[in-house]
Amino acid sequence: MLRYLASRLVYLVLVMIGVSMLVFGLSRLSGDPRYLYMTQGSHYSQEVWDARGRDLGLDKPFVIQYLTWAGRAATGDFGDSVWHKRNSLDLIIERAPATLQLSGVAYLFAILIGTGLGIASAVMRGSIIDLLIRGFALTGQAAPPFLVAIILIFVFAVNMHLFPTSRRGDWSSFVLPVATLAWLGSASLTRITRSSMLEVLDSEYIKLARAKGVGRTSIIFKHALKNALVAPLTLSAILFASFITGTVVVETVFAWPGIGRLALEATLHNDFPLVTGLTVFFSAIYLVSSLVSDLIYAYIDPRVRLY
Amino acid sequence: MIRPIQAAMSTAGSWSSIYGFVRRYPVLPAIILIGLAVMAIFAPILAPLDPLDSDLSKVKAPPAWIDGGTFQYFLGADGIGRDLLSRIIFGSRISMMVAGVVILTGGTVGVVLGLVAGYYGGVRDEVIMRLVDVFYAIPFILVALVVAVVFGSSLGLVIILLSLFSWPIFARQTRALTLQLKTKDYVAAAKIAGASPSRIALRHIVPGLMNVVIVIATLQVGNLILTESVLSFLGIGIPAPQPAWGSMIAEGRVFITSAWWIPLMPGAAVFLTVFAFNFLGDWLRDYYDPNLRQL
Repeated sequence: MLRYLASRLVYLVLVMIGVSMLVFGLSRLSGDPRYLYMTQGSHYSQEVWDARGRDLGLDKPFVIQYLTWAGRAATGDFGDSVWHKRNSLDLIIERAPATLQLSGVAYLFAILIGTGLGIASAVMRGSIIDLLIRGFALTGQAAPPFLVAIILIFVFAVNMHLFPTSRRGDWSSFVLPVATLAWLGSASLTRITRSSMLEVLDSEYIKLARAKGVGRTSIIFKHALKNALVAPLTLSAILFASFITGTVVVETVFAWPGIGRLALEATLHNDFPLVTGLTVFFSAIYLVSSLVSDLIYAYIDPRVRLY
Repeated sequence: MIRPIQAAMSTAGSWSSIYGFVRRYPVLPAIILIGLAVMAIFAPILAPLDPLDSDLSKVKAPPAWIDGGTFQYFLGADGIGRDLLSRIIFGSRISMMVAGVVILTGGTVGVVLGLVAGYYGGVRDEVIMRLVDVFYAIPFILVALVVAVVFGSSLGLVIILLSLFSWPIFARQTRALTLQLKTKDYVAAAKIAGASPSRIALRHIVPGLMNVVIVIATLQVGNLILTESVLSFLGIGIPAPQPAWGSMIAEGRVFITSAWWIPLMPGAAVFLTVFAFNFLGDWLRDYYDPNLRQL
């Protein structure tokens, strides 16, 4: 297990380096970073311009520039946000709790709803309930997320006045954004749980248990459930990461003050230090959650540890 | 394919056999997708009006079945008086073209890289798979935002961005399957018979991959159409005035309270298309191999 963990960690570092190279390359593609800091239209003498270039290290080769940037980024310093005139990481840390609260709550609901409905639909295969649950999941996967959000706002906030239309406030402001995220997240989870449960219910050892006369409830919850939950469990960590990026859309629609909206605002303001910081931050979250999912998988299924 | 159709025809006329046919085959998705293809191919003939022509007297005109609606503007008109039906019909062209080009390029690149990684292994495998990991880890939406701000959004850019992020899933699945197929006896037999590596890959492994590739491609089309609509919503999709479905929903969302049909008609088009592709993809997966449920 330790060897497996070590190899996964090496991969994580390698991939993170790849991500940082791509992100840095993209940010440099956008042109001379001096234009970001020195307002266009005003006149600078050549000396001032060159001096600024030296300050930012632009006179050095591209590789050195990348290494300097990566060295700073590794310690959490992505440079000051052009738009907020503050350290990017401080901004991200300040806005992250709102996003984590939203996606954390939605994540819990998605897991409960997704696995619950998936099991119910597998156990009642072919019934009306199964059909309804599959419809619910297919709908969640086929509807554009922002349209779901807009329809929810229209029905429950504008027409019925049940919940606020946007902004973060008391618990009622969580209902609509959480519903949007949780529906989309639980859709894929429901389908994976359903098919994995069906597969297990069809296996020999379940047939044996049935032949021995074990009761239905006991078969479902004691014999089948544990094996059926392996696939959804590994998906669920990845799901968390997809939630964090999914919040870009949901936070925009609901005017939620989190890092998803911060990312959209930052790009619209050409705020590259902040955008690169956010991209690296999102990637890190994804990589850590997929590492966790790999470890869970290896813990449950020892065969995985072999490679 | 022939056997069940004959079976259905021999008892044609009885309702239960039609019901059985509908239950067993993806009839509804097939109808939707054929309709979509017809729409995309014959758009200029089918569209009642010019999709870019705005008539200010028809601003926010409701669909035909609601009071005040006319049959000329069957699904109503948008915020500047353009016919929604015509725009949806022409929009199907854009959606199909984007999805088609992206699947072809992303699918080809992904399958080739996955094949190389799985068949040769070693350093090539490591490099390709770590690259796949990198593309999985980078938040697509953020990269798309940055690139769109730098280069300005356009149809070409949307296609390039989506292609760039659609090959990894093909590569990962192709590699996994190639690793399995490589150990088969018929591959060993071909090797003993003196077949070259490229011949083994093309003639003996690729045919075995096709089922899975078709399933992924079908499921990816739905994903692509959704992602394109999200890009449009964030203002970095296919620019106006082109009638792309995603941009139509995004532009129309401010009318949700006063004229719901403006965002919801293109929304329904996106929904039905993605639904049909996902349903078909699921069906194909179960049809080819019920053990592929994890895709």
